[in-house]
Amino acid sequence: MDVRSLTIDQIRAGLASKQFSAAEITTSALEFAQAENAKTNAYLHFCPERALASAAKIDELVAKGEPLPLLAGVPIGVKDVIVTKGVRTTCASKILEKYVPPYNATAVDRLEAAGGIILGKTNCDEFAMGSSNENSAFGPVRNPAALDRVPGGSSGGSAAVVAQGTAVVSLGSDTGGSIRQPASFCGVVGVTPTYGRVSRYGLVAFASSLDHIGPFSRNVADSATLLKAIAGRDPMDATSAFAPVPDYNATIGQSIKGLRLGLPKEYFVGMTSETADKVNKGIKLLESLGCAVQEVNLPHTEYAIATYYIICTAEVSSNLARFDGVRYTARSEKSDTLSAMYSNSRGENFGAEAKRRIMLGTYVLSHGYYEAYYIKAQKVRNLITKDFAAAFEKVDALISPVSPFPAFKLGEKVDDPVAMYLSDIYTITGDLAGIPCMSVPCGNTQDGLPIGMQILTKHFGEETMFRLAQAFETAGGFAG
Amino acid sequence: MITEERVRYVAGLANLTLSDPEIHRMAADLSGILVHIDKLNEIDTEGVEPMAQVLFDNEETATLRADVERPSLSNADAVANAAMTSGGYFKVPKVIER
Repeated sequence: MDVRSLTIDQIRAGLASKQFSAAEITTSALEFAQAENAKTNAYLHFCPERALASAAKIDELVAKGEPLPLLAGVPIGVKDVIVTKGVRTTCASKILEKYVPPYNATAVDRLEAAGGIILGKTNCDEFAMGSSNENSAFGPVRNPAALDRVPGGSSGGSAAVVAQGTAVVSLGSDTGGSIRQPASFCGVVGVTPTYGRVSRYGLVAFASSLDHIGPFSRNVADSATLLKAIAGRDPMDATSAFAPVPDYNATIGQSIKGLRLGLPKEYFVGMTSETADKVNKGIKLLESLGCAVQEVNLPHTEYAIATYYIICTAEVSSNLARFDGVRYTARSEKSDTLSAMYSNSRGENFGAEAKRRIMLGTYVLSHGYYEAYYIKAQKVRNLITKDFAAAFEKVDALISPVSPFPAFKLGEKVDDPVAMYLSDIYTITGDLAGIPCMSVPCGNTQDGLPIGMQILTKHFGEETMFRLAQAFETAGGFAG
Repeated sequence: MITEERVRYVAGLANLTLSDPEIHRMAADLSGILVHIDKLNEIDTEGVEPMAQVLFDNEETATLRADVERPSLSNADAVANAAMTSGGYFKVPKVIER
């Protein structure tokens, strides 16, 4: 048993045939993860007692000969913006450094009910705001593929643990590309499901109309399994979708012959030549599998970043108002009035990017600017969403790069917020439209840096997306 | 361009204490971002509906539930993460001068 290469199916088979116990996998995964963590700083903290208690339940089922649930014995990392009852959840922020949630996120409840074993909480950009994981209050994550480079962000830790083999799968969150971009930088599969497909209950709110929880894995089938386990209507999240959850794995493996693929021409500009080369080879591979490729237009793409940074920061300024030094741990020591206590607690404990977004969001919502910025952006969001709807009348899926470039060096973009924001150019639109999208590995640069290809489908089109991604992964030999 | 004076005003609205160097930097950063954001003025959005939420796949009242009592957090759990509590309440600095 080598936890670095195990898949969900192999774990189930090994448990059923008593090759190993869930306690053995858990112990070995925890030991390996704790020993390796200094290299990448991908986990912020571990929860061994909880992990071993989950494992004991699985071993009881095995002993009684009962059927094993979907994620039986699978070691999982959970991004530290997703709350875990009794286990610290910091959002990689000083302001929540000591926060111990009194409840579980629905996704956490569901993955544990399905037999999943949470090893620990993964590092990320503070409150999931960033594209490099350098905005963590507890130090950046290093990319397992090249330790002097960023893992991407904001779910950098969740991508890194899967790439490093210190978890089999993980949960991240995506608001503007925070699952797909780190998946592409680290060479793993990362999935942003349809908005509302997975309950946001217990995902600490960043931008509520854009936030998604989604899986990371080393192969497409494992992401499909993890998504199936956590997806579905939840009364605790009013925006969660009623649509039934299909058995994604049942359609994986079916032919992709005849699928119509669109290449949005606005997404094939401005990338490095190696990224273009690998993505174009990926498209050729899909053609050789019988897909029909055509160029499509998404004419409002160039306005996506501006639209996103108005809507997301407006929602940030509202959602982060709750961190006021009263209810959640950190409070400024040097304040003798209530209002000074609010302002100083926030000033002392939020990092630079969180402050920048709170300020921009407050500005665009302030008197005299609300119509010009916020309402305008919501109108453009509608146009961007209509672009996708029109494209999906002609094609079954869109193919594009995930990021214009592979993983960059630590510190390279940290002083230039606009350059950092522009690195999300190909991923932000999917969140604005709420459509399912994912990154699947499509090869490495000459220096061994992973590159990801993005697949986008219409709302609730996850089955087509997974089927296409898995056929691509198999044909290209890209499974980890 | 956004002035430092404007930054101080917005920081007040946001209940956010910023140091002088932070205010200086914030004015420059926000100005840079706003130049990019102003690009939206190029598009004619006359007659386009603003979109607050992406999609909701059921009727408007589908999320309503029967008004039935449910267990909630205990008082101790609800205040457990607070910086300061007293007698089961959140404790804050004085709001009104005596």
